[in-house]
Amino acid sequence: MSTIARERGRHLLREMLRIRRLEERSAELYGQGKIRGFLHLYVGEEAVAVGAMQALGPEDVVVATYREHGQALARGMDPGAVMAEMYGKVTGCSKGRGGSMHLFSHALRFYGGSGIVAGGLPLAVGLALAAKMLGERRVTACFFGDGATDEGEFHESLNLAALWALPVLFLCENNRYAMGTALHRHAANPDLRQLPAAYGVVAEKVDGMDVLAVERAVRHAAEEVREQGTPRFLELETYRFRAHSMFDAELYRDEAEVRAEQARDPITLFSERLRAQGLLDDDALAAIEREVEEELARAVAFAEQSPWEPVEELATDVVTREVGR
Amino acid sequence: MSTTTYREAARAAMRRALEDDPRVFLMGEDVGRYGGAFAVSRGLLEVFGPERIRDTPLSESAFVGAGIGAALGGMRPIVEVMTVNFSLLAMDQIVNNAATLRHMSGGQLSVPVLIRMATGAGKQIAAQHSHSWENWYASVPGLKVLAAGSVQDAHDMVLAGLADPDPVVLFETMALYNLEGELDTSVDPEGVWRAAVRRAGRDVSLISYGSSMPKTLEAAERLAAEGVDAEVLDLRCLRPLDDAAIVATVERTHRAVIVDEGWRTGSLAGEVSARIMEGAFYALDAPVERVCTAEVPIPYAKHLEDAALPSVDGIVAAARRALAREP
Ligand SMILES: Cc1ncc(C[n+]2csc(CCOP(=O)(O)OP(=O)(O)O)c2C)c(N)n1
Ligand SMILES: [Mg+2]
Repeated sequence: MSTIARERGRHLLREMLRIRRLEERSAELYGQGKIRGFLHLYVGEEAVAVGAMQALGPEDVVVATYREHGQALARGMDPGAVMAEMYGKVTGCSKGRGGSMHLFSHALRFYGGSGIVAGGLPLAVGLALAAKMLGERRVTACFFGDGATDEGEFHESLNLAALWALPVLFLCENNRYAMGTALHRHAANPDLRQLPAAYGVVAEKVDGMDVLAVERAVRHAAEEVREQGTPRFLELETYRFRAHSMFDAELYRDEAEVRAEQARDPITLFSERLRAQGLLDDDALAAIEREVEEELARAVAFAEQSPWEPVEELATDVVTREVGR
Repeated sequence: MSTTTYREAARAAMRRALEDDPRVFLMGEDVGRYGGAFAVSRGLLEVFGPERIRDTPLSESAFVGAGIGAALGGMRPIVEVMTVNFSLLAMDQIVNNAATLRHMSGGQLSVPVLIRMATGAGKQIAAQHSHSWENWYASVPGLKVLAAGSVQDAHDMVLAGLADPDPVVLFETMALYNLEGELDTSVDPEGVWRAAVRRAGRDVSLISYGSSMPKTLEAAERLAAEGVDAEVLDLRCLRPLDDAAIVATVERTHRAVIVDEGWRTGSLAGEVSARIMEGAFYALDAPVERVCTAEVPIPYAKHLEDAALPSVDGIVAAARRALAREP
């Protein structure tokens, strides 16, 4: 095994663990009242964000949902800025005004963090339109859930992107539930990959629990979007191990189902694979866990020590330029 | 009379309506298996089954429109839109279909649909999830708009809204679902179409509705401790507004403070203020005061959100300003 493969494998594992541990800590901090409001965890879905981000370059654009801590970290956002945002501190990536659901980084071309289901899709179409009109060869990658495919905005966005030949990569994170409603109860055709065909958009189904499969599929699809300037659609099959949000009593699914799905834990699967290939042992894993823990501890300390935005600043940044004053 | 919560009061009314009228059914996102985003419908699926407690896809425009269509077709739907924030995706159906069909058809059609939605801020869920659009719906002819500011009203407004032959938009306050209070199930729900004096007083009128009612009542108690006798008027029905009650309270106290969680620009507070000017101008001893939400998208951080929203302190201060003016 070459060192490149070893480093690459460990990098992917580390990236997924960074998300997993941040999510677990966030749940604890929520219990302590440090993080409040809505908190949607990504536990179980890490391979999707990590695999996808490997295949996107800094010139590309990302649009995500309210369940976006994973995308933000994998895109390169500083975990301190993410944690501080969830604390509501002024050092947060959105100055504490957005919270968990609204992480933004203009520098990383990370356009949120949208709280309205499917609300990010038309934005992605517009970002791609701008890239096309400006002659910039970027891919706009748009993450959304299976539930979002029920919304008109999903269908309208696919149609528009296809009609105008726009470079959008639609990434559907199918975790089989929209809140408490199972896929087959909310979608007349639960084979979501078939939907884009109605608009002539090429679509593919991918094992979203396999980080390498995700990376491969996204790399290929992103290349096509970049080369041909037209949209592509990937359905990433995954599963949410935790509740929808911190308010969810999970009345709608059996524990047995969750336990069965946990057998497909993307982190366990991938570390076993690395071990089987001799690319990972206990010491190496412990070292990665330590690094991840240290980074997370720094992020939490940063959030703890950061100041609140002065309340006098409340009305700043409502508009970019004040007029008529 | 029994003590219950705002949430359970709304559920009890829905259960009663479902029992009493086979045309009544409930539909909305996660109303069934999940038990409702705010647990209002928890347990109803088990009693009434999936035909009458229908989980819908995430398709606000389609299922609200379908509720309007089902009402036209002879049913009595209760459509739950998880929150007012998502009702923006269904607004076309509500404004262009539900509100117009009666008039536009020359009086042939009626749309007896009840559309319930949770409103308001204060739960640190940031700008996209903290809207108060009661004013928008209240500006539309053809709709009737109710806002529940008490446990009793959370119950009665469901029944009154369902009994009415027209489209009714009912606002339930997200932050009040755990509110406890008395519920008398023998009250005639028809009362909800009129404003109610929640506390009689002589010095100043505090006029509010829905989400701001508890704060307004608390402010009245604080003022009482300072020797100020405030009257509290709960508007309850936001369309049509109870002009007579608004004018009457101002004629009694000669000073008015309007408390409204909407933004001040284009607010219901502005509308009520205009009606006071039109109907009770010469009774006023001071300019009308408005306590509204700061004109910013609602921020997540608690101290910023608190600063943005109407507060008890802010209401008390506004009342003091109104009282400080010499007639
Ligand atoms: C337009 C709209 N309707 C309803 C909601 C409430 N809501 C938030 S997340 C969610 C489920 C979304 O499911 P899915 O798209 O599959 O994403 P997941 O949460 O599974 O990642 C719902 C109903 C919302 N935020 N926006
Ligand atoms: Mg989902």
